[in-house]
Amino acid sequence: MRAIITVTGKDHTGIVASVSKKLADVQVNILDISQTLMEEYFTMILLCDFTSSPHSIPEVREQMKEIEAEEKLVVRIQSEEIFNAMHTL
Amino acid sequence: MNRKENILETIQMIAEEKLDIRTVTMGISLLDCADSDGEKAREKIYNKITSYAKDLVPVAQEIEDQLGIPIINKRISVTPIALIAGASSDTDYVAFAKTLDAAAKKVGVDFIGGFSALVEKGYTKGDRILIDSIPRALSETSVVCSSVNIGSTKAGINMDAVAQMGKVVKETAELTADTGGLGAAKLVVFANAVDDNPFMAGAFHGVGEADVVVHVGVSGPGVVKRALEKVKGESFDVVAETIKVAAFKITRMGQLVGTMASERLGVPFGIVDLSLAPTPALGDSVAYILQEMGVERVGTHGTTAALAVLNDAVKKGGLMACGHVGGLSGSFIPVSEDIGMIEAVELGAITIDKLEAMTAICSVGLDMVAVPGKTTAATLSAIIADEAAIGIMNHKTTAVRIIPVPGMDVGDTVEFGGLLGRAPLLGVSEFSSEDLISRGGHIPAPLHSFKN
Repeated sequence: MRAIITVTGKDHTGIVASVSKKLADVQVNILDISQTLMEEYFTMILLCDFTSSPHSIPEVREQMKEIEAEEKLVVRIQSEEIFNAMHTL
Repeated sequence: MNRKENILETIQMIAEEKLDIRTVTMGISLLDCADSDGEKAREKIYNKITSYAKDLVPVAQEIEDQLGIPIINKRISVTPIALIAGASSDTDYVAFAKTLDAAAKKVGVDFIGGFSALVEKGYTKGDRILIDSIPRALSETSVVCSSVNIGSTKAGINMDAVAQMGKVVKETAELTADTGGLGAAKLVVFANAVDDNPFMAGAFHGVGEADVVVHVGVSGPGVVKRALEKVKGESFDVVAETIKVAAFKITRMGQLVGTMASERLGVPFGIVDLSLAPTPALGDSVAYILQEMGVERVGTHGTTAALAVLNDAVKKGGLMACGHVGGLSGSFIPVSEDIGMIEAVELGAITIDKLEAMTAICSVGLDMVAVPGKTTAATLSAIIADEAAIGIMNHKTTAVRIIPVPGMDVGDTVEFGGLLGRAPLLGVSEFSSEDLISRGGHIPAPLHSFKN
Protein backbone atom coordinates (compact mmCIF):
# COMPACT_ATOMS: atom_id res chain seq x y z
CA MET A 1 0.00 0.00 0.00
CA ARG A 2 1.16 3.51 -0.74
CA ALA A 3 0.76 6.43 1.56
CA ILE A 4 1.43 10.13 1.50
CA ILE A 5 3.40 11.56 4.38
CA THR A 6 3.37 15.31 4.83
CA VAL A 7 5.71 17.10 7.17
CA THR A 8 5.23 20.73 8.13
CA GLY A 9 6.92 22.94 10.67
CA LYS A 10 9.33 25.81 11.17
CA ASP A 11 12.38 25.33 8.98
CA HIS A 12 15.62 24.14 10.58
CA THR A 13 18.51 21.83 9.84
CA GLY A 14 17.98 18.08 10.01
CA ILE A 15 14.28 17.66 9.30
CA VAL A 16 14.71 15.53 6.17
CA ALA A 17 17.38 13.47 7.89
CA SER A 18 15.36 12.70 11.00
CA VAL A 19 12.18 11.82 9.09
CA SER A 20 13.91 9.65 6.49
CA LYS A 21 16.01 7.91 9.15
CA LYS A 22 12.87 6.98 11.07
CA LEU A 23 11.16 5.74 7.90
CA ALA A 24 14.18 3.56 7.15
CA ASP A 25 14.00 2.19 10.70
CA VAL A 26 10.40 1.09 10.19
CA GLN A 27 11.20 -0.25 6.70
CA VAL A 28 9.01 2.18 4.83
CA ASN A 29 10.35 2.82 1.34
CA ILE A 30 10.36 6.42 0.08
CA LEU A 31 9.33 6.61 -3.59
CA ASP A 32 9.28 10.35 -4.05
CA ILE A 33 10.12 13.43 -2.04
CA SER A 34 9.22 17.00 -2.75
CA GLN A 35 10.03 19.80 -0.42
CA THR A 36 9.48 23.50 -0.37
CA LEU A 37 9.47 26.50 1.93
CA MET A 38 6.12 28.26 2.20
CA GLU A 39 7.02 31.54 3.87
CA GLU A 40 9.24 30.33 6.71
CA TYR A 41 7.38 27.02 6.94
CA PHE A 42 9.03 23.89 5.81
CA THR A 43 6.64 21.66 3.83
CA MET A 44 7.64 18.22 2.67
CA ILE A 45 5.55 15.62 0.88
CA LEU A 46 6.74 12.03 0.68
CA LEU A 47 5.16 9.27 -1.34
CA CYS A 48 5.94 6.05 0.46
CA ASP A 49 5.47 2.35 -0.06
CA PHE A 50 4.34 0.40 2.98
CA THR A 51 4.33 -3.05 1.34
CA SER A 52 7.82 -3.96 2.56
CA SER A 53 7.13 -2.68 6.08
CA PRO A 54 5.80 -4.88 8.85
CA HIS A 55 4.16 -1.77 10.32
CA SER A 56 0.75 -0.28 9.63
CA ILE A 57 0.00 3.42 9.17
CA PRO A 58 -1.14 3.91 12.79
CA GLU A 59 2.01 2.17 14.06
CA VAL A 60 4.30 4.35 11.96
CA ARG A 61 2.29 7.40 13.04
CA GLU A 62 2.97 6.41 16.63
CA GLN A 63 6.69 6.06 15.87
CA MET A 64 6.74 9.52 14.32
CA LYS A 65 5.42 11.16 17.49
CA GLU A 66 8.91 11.22 18.96
CA ILE A 67 10.26 13.14 15.95
CA GLU A 68 7.29 15.47 15.95
CA ALA A 69 8.10 16.43 19.51
CA GLU A 70 11.88 16.64 19.08
CA GLU A 71 11.86 18.60 15.84
CA LYS A 72 8.63 20.54 16.46
CA LEU A 73 6.92 19.21 13.33
CA VAL A 74 3.52 18.02 12.30
CA VAL A 75 3.67 14.69 10.48
CA ARG A 76 0.59 13.35 8.73
CA ILE A 77 0.35 9.92 7.19
CA GLN A 78 -2.59 9.13 4.96
CA SER A 79 -3.31 6.39 2.49
CA GLU A 80 -2.82 7.58 -1.09
CA GLU A 81 -6.41 6.52 -1.84
CA ILE A 82 -7.96 9.59 -0.28
CA PHE A 83 -6.02 11.93 -2.57
CA ASN A 84 -6.80 9.84 -5.63
CA ALA A 85 -10.48 9.75 -4.75
CA MET A 86 -10.74 13.48 -4.33
CA HIS A 87 -8.63 14.70 -7.21
CA THR A 88 -8.73 12.16 -10.00
CA LEU A 89 -11.67 10.92 -12.01
CA MET B 1 -3.20 21.91 -10.55
CA ASN B 2 -0.31 19.64 -9.78
CA ARG B 3 -0.28 16.72 -7.43
CA LYS B 4 1.48 18.59 -4.64
CA GLU B 5 -1.17 21.27 -4.53
CA ASN B 6 -3.91 18.65 -4.52
CA ILE B 7 -2.33 16.94 -1.55
CA LEU B 8 -1.97 20.17 0.37
CA GLU B 9 -5.54 21.15 -0.49
CA THR B 10 -6.89 17.89 0.94
CA ILE B 11 -4.84 18.28 4.08
CA GLN B 12 -5.98 21.84 4.53
CA MET B 13 -9.62 20.77 4.09
CA ILE B 14 -9.26 18.20 6.83
CA ALA B 15 -7.02 20.11 9.22
CA GLU B 16 -8.34 23.64 8.95
CA GLU B 17 -11.71 23.52 7.25
CA LYS B 18 -12.92 20.64 9.42
CA LEU B 19 -13.81 18.34 6.58
CA ASP B 20 -14.99 15.05 8.00
CA ILE B 21 -17.14 12.04 7.46
CA ARG B 22 -20.05 12.84 9.72
CA THR B 23 -21.35 9.35 10.07
CA VAL B 24 -21.01 5.77 9.02
CA THR B 25 -24.38 4.21 9.72
CA MET B 26 -25.19 0.53 9.55
CA GLY B 27 -28.81 -0.14 8.75
CA ILE B 28 -30.06 -3.45 10.10
CA SER B 29 -33.42 -5.01 9.33
CA LEU B 30 -35.15 -6.45 12.37
CA LEU B 31 -38.13 -7.82 10.46
CA ASP B 32 -37.04 -11.39 11.23
CA CYS B 33 -36.92 -10.63 14.94
CA ALA B 34 -40.67 -10.24 15.41
CA ASP B 35 -42.08 -12.68 17.92
CA SER B 36 -45.33 -13.09 19.78
CA ASP B 37 -43.25 -13.24 22.96
CA GLY B 38 -41.75 -9.79 23.62
CA GLU B 39 -38.92 -11.26 25.64
CA LYS B 40 -37.87 -13.53 22.77
CA ALA B 41 -38.17 -10.69 20.24
CA ARG B 42 -35.84 -8.54 22.34
CA GLU B 43 -33.35 -11.36 22.65
CA LYS B 44 -33.34 -11.79 18.85
CA ILE B 45 -32.96 -8.03 18.36
CA TYR B 46 -30.03 -7.84 20.77
CA ASN B 47 -28.31 -10.81 19.16
CA LYS B 48 -28.82 -9.60 15.60
CA ILE B 49 -27.56 -6.08 16.27
CA THR B 50 -24.57 -7.15 18.32
CA SER B 51 -23.50 -9.79 15.80
CA TYR B 52 -24.00 -7.70 12.63
CA ALA B 53 -22.50 -4.51 14.01
CA LYS B 54 -19.72 -5.95 16.13
CA ASP B 55 -17.01 -4.79 13.69
CA LEU B 56 -18.59 -1.47 12.74
CA VAL B 57 -16.69 0.72 15.19
CA PRO B 58 -13.26 -0.95 14.78
CA VAL B 59 -13.57 -0.92 10.98
CA ALA B 60 -14.56 2.75 10.98
CA GLN B 61 -11.58 3.53 13.20
CA GLU B 62 -9.29 1.57 10.93
CA ILE B 63 -10.44 3.61 7.91
CA GLU B 64 -10.06 6.79 9.93
CA ASP B 65 -6.46 5.83 10.73
CA GLN B 66 -5.59 4.81 7.23
CA LEU B 67 -7.05 7.82 5.43
CA GLY B 68 -6.40 10.36 8.13
CA ILE B 69 -9.95 11.64 7.88
CA PRO B 70 -12.05 11.89 11.03
CA ILE B 71 -15.24 9.81 11.13
CA ILE B 72 -17.23 11.60 13.78
CA ASN B 73 -20.09 9.20 14.43
CA LYS B 74 -20.68 5.51 14.10
CA ARG B 75 -24.34 4.67 14.23
CA ILE B 76 -26.96 2.01 13.72
CA SER B 77 -30.43 2.37 12.29
CA VAL B 78 -33.01 -0.39 12.62
CA THR B 79 -36.45 -1.24 11.27
CA PRO B 80 -39.10 0.92 12.94
CA ILE B 81 -39.67 -0.86 16.23
CA ALA B 82 -43.46 -0.40 16.01
CA LEU B 83 -43.43 -2.91 13.15
CA ILE B 84 -41.48 -5.48 15.14
CA ALA B 85 -42.87 -5.02 18.61
CA GLY B 86 -46.41 -4.96 17.25
CA ALA B 87 -46.24 -8.74 16.88
CA SER B 88 -45.80 -9.15 20.63
CA SER B 89 -48.47 -8.95 23.27
CA ASP B 90 -46.55 -6.26 25.19
CA THR B 91 -48.48 -3.17 26.18
CA ASP B 92 -45.44 -0.94 26.57
CA TYR B 93 -42.27 -0.83 24.45
CA VAL B 94 -39.84 0.81 26.86
CA ALA B 95 -38.14 -2.56 27.25
CA PHE B 96 -37.48 -2.60 23.49
CA ALA B 97 -35.82 0.81 23.73
CA LYS B 98 -33.65 -0.49 26.56
CA THR B 99 -32.65 -3.48 24.44
CA LEU B 100 -31.60 -1.15 21.61
CA ASP B 101 -29.68 0.97 24.11
CA ALA B 102 -27.87 -2.05 25.49
CA ALA B 103 -27.03 -3.42 22.04
CA ALA B 104 -25.74 -0.04 20.86
CA LYS B 105 -23.53 0.30 23.91
CA LYS B 106 -22.23 -3.23 23.52
CA VAL B 107 -20.94 -2.48 20.00
CA GLY B 108 -19.84 1.04 20.95
CA VAL B 109 -21.86 3.17 18.53
CA ASP B 110 -22.82 6.76 19.33
CA PHE B 111 -26.52 6.48 18.53
CA ILE B 112 -29.10 3.95 17.48
CA GLY B 113 -32.15 5.12 15.59
CA GLY B 114 -35.36 3.33 14.84
CA PHE B 115 -37.56 3.57 17.91
CA SER B 116 -39.99 4.70 15.29
CA ALA B 117 -43.50 4.47 13.94
CA LEU B 118 -44.91 5.30 10.52
CA VAL B 119 -48.44 6.58 10.93
CA GLU B 120 -48.97 8.87 7.95
CA LYS B 121 -52.10 7.01 6.97
CA GLY B 122 -53.19 5.44 10.21
CA TYR B 123 -52.18 3.73 13.43
CA THR B 124 -51.62 0.06 14.00
CA LYS B 125 -51.69 -1.35 17.50
CA GLY B 126 -47.89 -1.32 17.53
CA ASP B 127 -47.72 2.31 16.43
CA ARG B 128 -50.06 3.36 19.18
CA ILE B 129 -48.12 1.61 21.93
CA LEU B 130 -44.77 2.81 20.57
CA ILE B 131 -45.79 6.45 20.47
CA ASP B 132 -47.18 6.19 24.00
CA SER B 133 -43.85 4.71 25.10
CA ILE B 134 -41.62 7.44 23.57
CA PRO B 135 -41.35 9.83 26.54
CA ARG B 136 -40.27 7.10 28.95
CA ALA B 137 -38.15 5.32 26.36
CA LEU B 138 -36.13 8.47 25.64
CA SER B 139 -35.78 9.45 29.27
CA GLU B 140 -34.68 6.01 30.42
CA THR B 141 -32.14 5.31 27.67
CA SER B 142 -29.15 7.34 26.55
CA VAL B 143 -28.34 6.57 22.90
CA VAL B 144 -31.75 5.63 21.49
CA CYS B 145 -33.32 8.01 18.97
CA SER B 146 -36.94 8.05 17.99
CA SER B 147 -38.92 9.30 15.02
CA VAL B 148 -42.52 9.30 13.91
CA ASN B 149 -43.68 9.89 10.36
CA ILE B 150 -47.03 11.68 10.48
CA GLY B 151 -47.53 12.69 6.87
CA SER B 152 -46.57 12.03 3.29
CA THR B 153 -47.33 13.43 -0.14
CA LYS B 154 -49.15 10.18 -0.97
CA ALA B 155 -51.14 9.91 2.24
CA GLY B 156 -51.70 13.42 3.51
CA ILE B 157 -51.27 14.36 7.15
CA ASN B 158 -52.52 12.30 10.06
CA MET B 159 -53.80 15.10 12.29
CA ASP B 160 -54.59 12.74 15.18
CA ALA B 161 -50.90 11.84 15.22
CA VAL B 162 -49.94 15.50 14.92
CA ALA B 163 -52.07 16.31 17.96
CA GLN B 164 -50.55 13.42 19.87
CA MET B 165 -46.95 14.27 18.94
CA GLY B 166 -47.27 17.76 20.41
CA LYS B 167 -48.07 16.11 23.73
CA VAL B 168 -45.35 13.49 23.33
CA VAL B 169 -42.69 16.13 22.62
CA LYS B 170 -43.76 18.12 25.66
CA GLU B 171 -43.88 15.12 27.95
CA THR B 172 -40.48 13.90 26.72
CA ALA B 173 -38.95 17.30 27.44
CA GLU B 174 -40.53 17.36 30.89
CA LEU B 175 -39.28 13.88 31.78
CA THR B 176 -35.76 15.01 30.90
CA ALA B 177 -36.06 18.44 32.54
CA ASP B 178 -32.80 17.93 34.44
CA THR B 179 -30.88 17.92 31.13
CA GLY B 180 -32.74 20.84 29.54
CA GLY B 181 -35.28 18.61 27.83
CA LEU B 182 -32.58 16.59 26.06
CA GLY B 183 -35.03 13.76 25.40
CA ALA B 184 -36.87 15.94 22.89
CA ALA B 185 -33.58 16.46 21.03
CA LYS B 186 -33.62 12.73 20.28
CA LEU B 187 -37.13 12.79 18.81
CA VAL B 188 -38.02 13.80 15.26
CA VAL B 189 -41.48 14.20 13.78
CA PHE B 190 -41.32 13.69 10.02
CA ALA B 191 -43.36 14.16 6.90
CA ASN B 192 -42.10 12.21 3.87
CA ALA B 193 -39.47 10.42 5.97
CA VAL B 194 -36.85 8.60 3.89
CA ASP B 195 -35.84 4.97 4.43
CA ASP B 196 -32.09 5.42 4.07
CA ASN B 197 -31.24 8.45 6.16
CA PRO B 198 -27.97 8.04 8.08
CA PHE B 199 -28.47 11.18 10.15
CA MET B 200 -29.86 11.11 13.66
CA ALA B 201 -32.20 11.55 15.34
CA GLY B 202 -34.34 10.61 12.36
CA ALA B 203 -32.50 7.54 11.07
CA PHE B 204 -34.38 4.28 10.67
CA HIS B 205 -33.97 1.31 8.37
CA GLY B 206 -36.87 1.27 5.92
CA VAL B 207 -38.70 -1.92 5.07
CA GLY B 208 -37.63 -1.67 1.42
CA GLU B 209 -33.95 -1.80 2.35
CA ALA B 210 -31.68 -4.86 2.26
CA ASP B 211 -31.06 -6.92 5.39
CA VAL B 212 -27.92 -4.95 6.25
CA VAL B 213 -26.41 -1.93 4.50
CA VAL B 214 -23.86 0.74 5.25
CA HIS B 215 -24.69 4.39 4.59
CA VAL B 216 -22.34 7.32 4.78
CA GLY B 217 -23.12 10.91 5.63
CA VAL B 218 -20.50 13.42 4.55
CA SER B 219 -20.08 16.94 5.70
CA GLY B 220 -17.94 19.95 5.03
CA PRO B 221 -19.52 23.36 5.45
CA GLY B 222 -16.04 24.77 6.16
CA VAL B 223 -14.76 23.63 2.78
CA VAL B 224 -17.65 25.28 0.95
CA LYS B 225 -17.28 28.48 2.99
CA ARG B 226 -13.55 28.67 2.23
CA ALA B 227 -14.15 28.04 -1.47
CA LEU B 228 -16.66 30.89 -1.55
CA GLU B 229 -14.24 33.24 0.19
CA LYS B 230 -12.09 32.99 -2.90
CA VAL B 231 -14.86 34.26 -5.19
CA LYS B 232 -15.95 37.27 -3.16
CA GLY B 233 -18.11 39.70 -5.12
CA GLU B 234 -18.47 37.41 -8.13
CA SER B 235 -21.84 36.59 -9.70
CA PHE B 236 -24.12 33.75 -8.62
CA ASP B 237 -23.10 31.76 -11.69
CA VAL B 238 -19.62 31.60 -10.19
CA VAL B 239 -20.98 30.94 -6.69
CA ALA B 240 -23.05 27.95 -7.86
CA GLU B 241 -20.14 26.55 -9.85
CA THR B 242 -17.75 26.94 -6.91
CA ILE B 243 -20.11 25.13 -4.54
CA LYS B 244 -20.55 22.32 -7.06
CA VAL B 245 -16.80 21.75 -7.30
CA ALA B 246 -16.39 21.74 -3.51
CA ALA B 247 -19.37 19.41 -3.06
CA PHE B 248 -17.92 17.05 -5.64
CA LYS B 249 -14.65 16.69 -3.76
CA ILE B 250 -16.36 16.26 -0.42
CA THR B 251 -18.64 13.58 -1.82
CA ARG B 252 -15.82 11.65 -3.49
CA MET B 253 -14.36 11.18 -0.08
CA GLY B 254 -17.69 9.91 1.24
CA GLN B 255 -17.88 7.45 -1.62
CA LEU B 256 -14.37 6.18 -0.84
CA VAL B 257 -15.11 5.72 2.86
CA GLY B 258 -18.41 4.00 2.08
CA THR B 259 -16.77 1.61 -0.38
CA MET B 260 -14.02 0.75 2.09
CA ALA B 261 -16.47 0.24 4.95
CA SER B 262 -18.72 -1.90 2.80
CA GLU B 263 -15.84 -4.13 1.66
CA ARG B 264 -14.34 -4.55 5.09
CA LEU B 265 -17.64 -5.26 6.79
CA GLY B 266 -18.82 -7.52 3.98
CA VAL B 267 -22.05 -5.55 3.80
CA PRO B 268 -23.60 -3.83 0.73
CA PHE B 269 -22.99 -0.12 0.37
CA GLY B 270 -26.24 1.82 0.58
CA ILE B 271 -26.06 5.53 -0.14
CA VAL B 272 -24.02 8.63 0.43
CA ASP B 273 -26.10 11.35 1.99
CA LEU B 274 -24.88 14.60 0.50
CA SER B 275 -26.06 16.81 3.31
CA LEU B 276 -23.87 19.58 4.59
CA ALA B 277 -24.16 19.17 8.33
CA PRO B 278 -22.80 21.81 10.67
CA THR B 279 -21.34 21.39 14.13
CA PRO B 280 -21.13 24.00 16.89
CA ALA B 281 -17.38 24.36 16.17
CA LEU B 282 -16.15 27.55 14.55
CA GLY B 283 -15.52 27.02 10.83
CA ASP B 284 -18.13 24.31 10.51
CA SER B 285 -21.24 26.37 9.95
CA VAL B 286 -23.84 26.32 7.17
CA ALA B 287 -25.04 29.75 8.32
CA TYR B 288 -21.58 31.18 7.60
CA ILE B 289 -21.82 29.93 4.01
CA LEU B 290 -25.07 31.86 3.58
CA GLN B 291 -23.46 34.91 5.13
CA GLU B 292 -20.50 34.52 2.80
CA MET B 293 -22.98 34.78 -0.08
CA GLY B 294 -23.91 38.22 1.11
CA VAL B 295 -26.52 38.29 3.85
CA GLU B 296 -25.23 40.20 6.86
CA ARG B 297 -26.75 37.66 9.23
CA VAL B 298 -28.57 34.47 8.45
CA GLY B 299 -32.29 35.16 8.79
CA THR B 300 -32.39 38.47 7.00
CA HIS B 301 -34.08 38.95 3.62
CA GLY B 302 -32.34 36.95 0.93
CA THR B 303 -31.43 34.06 3.21
CA THR B 304 -33.93 31.71 1.61
CA ALA B 305 -32.59 32.48 -1.87
CA ALA B 306 -29.03 31.92 -0.72
CA LEU B 307 -30.04 28.61 0.85
CA ALA B 308 -31.70 27.57 -2.41
CA VAL B 309 -28.47 28.18 -4.34
CA LEU B 310 -26.47 26.22 -1.77
CA ASN B 311 -28.82 23.27 -1.59
CA ASP B 312 -29.13 22.86 -5.32
CA ALA B 313 -25.43 23.26 -6.05
CA VAL B 314 -24.49 20.76 -3.33
CA LYS B 315 -26.75 18.16 -4.93
CA LYS B 316 -25.53 18.88 -8.44
CA GLY B 317 -21.90 18.64 -7.38
CA GLY B 318 -22.36 15.55 -5.32
CA LEU B 319 -24.50 13.49 -7.67
CA MET B 320 -21.75 12.63 -10.10
CA ALA B 321 -19.25 11.96 -7.35
CA CYS B 322 -20.91 8.85 -6.02
CA GLY B 323 -22.74 5.72 -7.01
CA HIS B 324 -25.93 6.07 -5.04
CA VAL B 325 -27.16 9.25 -3.51
CA GLY B 326 -29.94 9.13 -0.98
CA GLY B 327 -31.03 10.09 2.48
CA LEU B 328 -31.87 13.73 2.90
CA SER B 329 -29.13 15.31 0.78
CA GLY B 330 -29.11 19.08 1.05
CA SER B 331 -28.16 21.33 3.92
CA PHE B 332 -29.03 21.05 7.54
CA ILE B 333 -29.91 24.23 9.38
CA PRO B 334 -30.22 23.11 12.99
CA VAL B 335 -30.21 26.03 15.37
CA SER B 336 -28.25 24.66 18.31
CA GLU B 337 -25.65 22.83 16.23
CA ASP B 338 -24.46 25.73 14.09
CA ILE B 339 -22.48 28.61 15.54
CA GLY B 340 -23.75 31.01 12.86
CA MET B 341 -27.36 30.09 13.65
CA ILE B 342 -26.76 30.49 17.38
CA GLU B 343 -25.31 33.97 16.84
CA ALA B 344 -28.21 34.93 14.57
CA VAL B 345 -30.76 33.93 17.21
CA GLU B 346 -28.85 35.83 19.89
CA LEU B 347 -28.85 38.95 17.73
CA GLY B 348 -32.54 38.59 16.93
CA ALA B 349 -31.69 38.20 13.23
CA ILE B 350 -33.67 35.02 12.83
CA THR B 351 -37.17 34.13 13.97
CA ILE B 352 -39.08 30.89 13.91
CA ASP B 353 -41.09 32.21 10.94
CA LYS B 354 -38.00 32.75 8.82
CA LEU B 355 -36.72 29.33 9.86
CA GLU B 356 -39.98 27.84 8.68
CA ALA B 357 -39.61 29.55 5.31
CA MET B 358 -36.05 28.23 5.03
CA THR B 359 -37.26 24.71 5.67
CA ALA B 360 -39.09 24.80 2.32
CA ILE B 361 -35.58 24.68 0.84
CA CYS B 362 -33.29 22.90 3.30
CA SER B 363 -32.91 19.16 3.62
CA VAL B 364 -34.84 18.68 6.82
CA GLY B 365 -36.87 21.22 8.66
CA LEU B 366 -37.15 22.93 12.01
CA ASP B 367 -34.21 21.26 13.62
CA MET B 368 -32.91 21.59 17.15
CA VAL B 369 -35.05 24.58 17.89
CA ALA B 370 -35.46 25.39 21.58
CA VAL B 371 -38.67 27.15 22.61
CA PRO B 372 -40.07 28.23 25.99
CA GLY B 373 -41.12 25.41 28.32
CA LYS B 374 -44.57 26.95 28.69
CA THR B 375 -45.30 26.39 24.96
CA THR B 376 -48.53 24.38 24.83
CA ALA B 377 -48.80 20.95 23.27
CA ALA B 378 -51.30 22.39 20.77
CA THR B 379 -48.81 25.02 19.63
CA LEU B 380 -46.11 22.35 19.23
CA SER B 381 -48.59 20.28 17.22
CA ALA B 382 -49.46 23.28 15.08
CA ILE B 383 -45.76 23.86 14.34
CA ILE B 384 -45.49 20.18 13.36
CA ALA B 385 -48.58 20.52 11.15
CA ASP B 386 -47.14 23.58 9.36
CA GLU B 387 -43.89 21.78 8.66
CA ALA B 388 -45.68 18.64 7.47
CA ALA B 389 -47.79 20.77 5.14
CA ILE B 390 -44.66 22.31 3.60
CA GLY B 391 -43.28 18.81 3.13
CA ILE B 392 -46.28 17.16 1.53
CA MET B 393 -47.12 20.08 -0.73
CA ASN B 394 -43.54 20.39 -1.95
CA HIS B 395 -42.59 16.73 -2.32
CA LYS B 396 -39.81 16.93 0.20
CA THR B 397 -38.88 15.64 3.59
CA THR B 398 -39.62 17.99 6.44
CA ALA B 399 -39.20 17.38 10.12
CA VAL B 400 -39.57 19.01 13.45
CA ARG B 401 -37.10 18.50 16.26
CA ILE B 402 -38.20 21.04 18.80
CA ILE B 403 -37.36 21.24 22.48
CA PRO B 404 -39.77 23.04 24.81
CA VAL B 405 -37.15 23.56 27.51
CA PRO B 406 -38.74 23.13 30.95
CA GLY B 407 -38.45 26.21 33.13
CA MET B 408 -36.81 28.37 30.46
CA ASP B 409 -38.09 31.30 28.44
CA VAL B 410 -37.01 33.57 25.60
CA GLY B 411 -33.68 35.14 26.57
CA ASP B 412 -32.37 31.93 28.14
CA THR B 413 -29.96 29.55 26.48
CA VAL B 414 -30.04 25.80 26.89
CA GLU B 415 -26.77 23.86 26.80
CA PHE B 416 -26.79 20.31 25.47
CA GLY B 417 -23.07 19.98 24.95
CA GLY B 418 -21.13 18.02 22.36
CA LEU B 419 -22.47 17.89 18.83
CA LEU B 420 -25.93 18.95 20.01
CA GLY B 421 -24.54 22.34 21.02
CA ARG B 422 -26.46 25.12 22.69
CA ALA B 423 -29.61 26.94 21.74
CA PRO B 424 -30.88 30.39 22.69
CA LEU B 425 -34.66 30.03 23.03
CA LEU B 426 -36.82 31.26 20.17
CA GLY B 427 -40.21 32.81 20.82
CA VAL B 428 -43.37 31.26 19.39
CA SER B 429 -46.70 32.94 18.68
CA GLU B 430 -48.77 33.70 21.76
CA PHE B 431 -51.99 33.01 19.92
CA SER B 432 -53.72 29.68 20.26
CA SER B 433 -53.93 26.90 17.67
CA GLU B 434 -55.99 24.75 20.04
CA ASP B 435 -59.14 24.57 17.89
CA LEU B 436 -57.18 23.67 14.77
CA ILE B 437 -55.37 20.81 16.46
CA SER B 438 -58.37 19.48 18.38
CA ARG B 439 -60.17 18.75 15.09
CA GLY B 440 -58.04 15.67 14.50
CA GLY B 441 -58.73 13.43 11.50
CA HIS B 442 -56.76 13.50 8.30
CA ILE B 443 -55.65 16.26 5.96
CA PRO B 444 -56.16 14.69 2.51
CA ALA B 445 -53.24 14.07 0.22
CA PRO B 446 -52.59 16.93 -2.18
CA LEU B 447 -53.56 16.44 -5.80
CA HIS B 448 -50.05 15.87 -7.08
CA SER B 449 -50.07 12.49 -5.40
CA PHE B 450 -51.69 11.24 -8.64
CA LYS B 451 -48.55 12.03 -10.59
CA ASN B 452 -47.56 8.41 -11.01
